[in-house]
Amino acid sequence: MAVIRTIHWDDLPDQEGHRLRSLGFEPGVAIEALHKGILMWRDPLAVRVGRMTVALRTNVAAAIDCELSA
Amino acid sequence: MTEMPPLVALVGNPNAGKSALFNALTGARQKIANYPGVTVERKSGRAAFADGRPIEMIDLPGAYSLSPDSLDEAVTRDVVLGNLQGHRRPDALVIVLDAGNLDNHLRFALELIAQGLPTVVALNMIDLAERDGLQLDSQKLARALGVPVIETVAVRRRGLEPLMIQLEEALHNPSPAIEPVAISIGAQNQRARDIARSVIISETAGRQWTRRLDAVLLHPVGGVVILLALLFLMFQAVYGWSEAPIGWIESGFALLSDGIKNAMPDGLLRSFLTDGVIAGVGSVIVFLPQILILFLFILLLEASGYMTRAAFVMDRLMAAVGLSGHSFIPLLSSFACAIPGIMATRTIMDQKERLATILISPLMTCSARLPVYTVIIGAFIPASNIGPGIGLQGLVLFGLYIAGILGAMLAASAIQRFVTQSRTSSFLIEMPRYQWPRVSDIALNLWQRAWVFLRRAGTIIFAATIILWALLSFPKAPEGSNISQVEYSVAGRIADGLEPIVRPIGFNHDIALALIPAMAAREVAVSALATVYAIDAADDDTAATSLGPKLAADWSLATALAFLAWFVFAPQCISTIAVTRRETNGWKWPIFMVTYLFALAYAAAGITYWTARSFGL
Repeated sequence: MAVIRTIHWDDLPDQEGHRLRSLGFEPGVAIEALHKGILMWRDPLAVRVGRMTVALRTNVAAAIDCELSA
Repeated sequence: MTEMPPLVALVGNPNAGKSALFNALTGARQKIANYPGVTVERKSGRAAFADGRPIEMIDLPGAYSLSPDSLDEAVTRDVVLGNLQGHRRPDALVIVLDAGNLDNHLRFALELIAQGLPTVVALNMIDLAERDGLQLDSQKLARALGVPVIETVAVRRRGLEPLMIQLEEALHNPSPAIEPVAISIGAQNQRARDIARSVIISETAGRQWTRRLDAVLLHPVGGVVILLALLFLMFQAVYGWSEAPIGWIESGFALLSDGIKNAMPDGLLRSFLTDGVIAGVGSVIVFLPQILILFLFILLLEASGYMTRAAFVMDRLMAAVGLSGHSFIPLLSSFACAIPGIMATRTIMDQKERLATILISPLMTCSARLPVYTVIIGAFIPASNIGPGIGLQGLVLFGLYIAGILGAMLAASAIQRFVTQSRTSSFLIEMPRYQWPRVSDIALNLWQRAWVFLRRAGTIIFAATIILWALLSFPKAPEGSNISQVEYSVAGRIADGLEPIVRPIGFNHDIALALIPAMAAREVAVSALATVYAIDAADDDTAATSLGPKLAADWSLATALAFLAWFVFAPQCISTIAVTRRETNGWKWPIFMVTYLFALAYAAAGITYWTARSFGL
């Protein structure tokens, strides 16, 4: 389990940033990595944020800083 | 004086069970139309208060916020704010919330409540939340939000009555107009989370079916295998399950045709009914079973929650040609029909990706091509086995599907690189919890699809067939001349003009003739050929035999293969072109689409023909 520490909104295209926000990605929210990649690729990812499962790509995930929670 | 019934809009996040609630409230009494000026489907229906007074309900497209990321969301915003020209603003809102996902869904609810319309919240799928170990205090939620909250389970019709009572009350005593307060999305998210946390009574680890299923279905290797197996099963079913019902429909039309032939004297009207109406429209309606099976699978994949997982599995592959998993869903629908496929692109956020997806969707082998493929393959490809369980006919059909997919991939790469000049695509999507699809919801949806198809067969295809029949039947060839009726008719003369253009790719006079009405819809090519041969054979007894043997006797194999290659690419469907025009707001993109697809079709047919000829076929 981890918590979102910061999201570098400026690193994200406007649209992705906005959709990320409306899906509930915010600093302080619990986040958990569930699945990573298909076949030999590292993309896409599935994460659990709040009570929702969201699929996203690594380039977007790179803008999200997390810290492990106790 | 009659008053308009109050208009109530159902609004909420995607995957909140909104459509199930809408179906439960309105039953099968639904109307599907379009919102004025846009092609977004407007589902409306009637419900009634306890005393029988009617209300009109609309099911708004699922949205995450009132500042839209997609065209669907834009419609939801415009309707809620009363900004959509020619559409009245709803008198009240029913906000549908997924009880198991309050943390993420409450923010949009706060934004909606702030609009000041009379509002009732449906705390939906409360049973699923309880299954996952969540106990909620809905009264506390109502106090925090300042609007009534009703626990509902749409699929079990639980909570519908109290919902209607609260709705009536909200309509009668509108809360005093409040000025919408602009607070930042971050602050809304914070408040949503605080409220969500405060209404949870208890939380225990539930059974977490979704997590367990995802471990299998999103497995880096297993997930791919399962998706491929599902797609294989789907296409297998389209052919395997449809044989019997197609047989019933065919014998039904044959009986009807014989009945008319016995009951009526030979003449213009009889020719019109048997050669025109029944031969033409009948040859298209036989494909209803296949279309319905394909739609059944797509609806099941969507209702169960699997569709977004399929998008997840396909995302990386789609990225290779500049698209993303978002494009996979519309493209899969395009195997049934490009029209719902193109309309499904409205959920794609990236507008360049959306455009590229629209432009390649006609390359997915839609069900309208099946009549053409089936007839030609049946007539020219021997039904032999080239291996255990692998028939040559099936293999050719599979090859045609693959040719379309490869063509689409190449076209997507080229379009994203040179036309839209898009550098990146994006993939960001909520994956809902799995649930059992509800039989009545699927049945209702399937019925709506069937109705749309039959209406099309009854209008566009009917009209095209009638016009063609008339063009083929007049003017009458002089008695005793050795020119056939088809050659002598208006259509025959038009085909004479077209023939020099298609002669180099191996097409004969009959094909030139069939291509004209097939612009209306591809499957008309079959009914056109059927009508041509039916009219030509009107005098002799061979009229009863089916189309295949006649083609086999008349065409070379090279011509048949070229004809198949043509239909892999040719954009022959007026409806698709019209939908593309509406969805891209102008003629530029449909003209581009038609041009590049015809160029591809011409090249593919020509290459096929001359290659086949060089092998002496």
